[in-house]
Amino acid sequence: MTARSVTHATFCIERTLSAAPARVFKAFAEQEAKDKWFTGPSHWVRTERSMDFRVGGRETSSVGEPGGVQHRFDATYFDIIPGERIVFTYAMHLDDVMMSVSITTIELAPAGDKTLMKFTEQGAFLLDPADAPQREQGTHFLMDAVEAWLASETATV
Amino acid sequence: MLQYSPNLDLAFQALADPARRGMLERLTLGPASVSELARPFDMSLSAIVQHLKVLEAGGLVRSEKVGRVRTCQIEPGALSAAEGWINQRRTVWEQHFDRLEQYLEDTAQGAENKDHQP
Repeated sequence: MTARSVTHATFCIERTLSAAPARVFKAFAEQEAKDKWFTGPSHWVRTERSMDFRVGGRETSSVGEPGGVQHRFDATYFDIIPGERIVFTYAMHLDDVMMSVSITTIELAPAGDKTLMKFTEQGAFLLDPADAPQREQGTHFLMDAVEAWLASETATV
Repeated sequence: MLQYSPNLDLAFQALADPARRGMLERLTLGPASVSELARPFDMSLSAIVQHLKVLEAGGLVRSEKVGRVRTCQIEPGALSAAEGWINQRRTVWEQHFDRLEQYLEDTAQGAENKDHQP
């Protein structure tokens, strides 16, 4: 048996967005709008994209540094209430290695002329430290994680 | 949450060099002696030791000398793989939402005009 590791975790992000719920919803629902913000750092390139925003529909997006590790998002929509709620699952792959599978719930509520957005992700974060090829891939993500961690620590200092 | 690093400047400095990132990547595979760390690099042992000191000062690596051998390992509190990944997912979404806010701001004028149409 290979030693494997999975961590279950939930995180939540709340934002007050300067637009009515209908307009926020459109930014999630329409690919042209979503492509404007659902991207990686500016020097990354997108190598794959599809979006079928309806219950049972899928969305895919692969981004990464040119020639670097591909971050692949593969989602399926389960619940869509225009202007109010979106529930989807998604798997994240780094190149060929699946890193996590998550359930994500986006709730939108009016707050004056703005929107309170509540984003909740419940995930199984898969890490197989004894699996050599995966571990090699994992080091890249670890470096990303360190840099992201440093960036987030800086943001809160 | 991940352990707080008391000196972010030093941590950033430690990550700013490709050789040090290489050493760190090697250490994510498990502890290594200084000579093992040095092996992939075309560099003197003393240069490797200097890099190691920078990584240690940044709180990313710790080393311990047993007899004549110095063994290095990732600072565990700084780099729990699962927490790192979860934190990264959160950070990625936070960055997406920063861009979403910018997008909503940039398109606000047009949307208002549309909203005001009968």
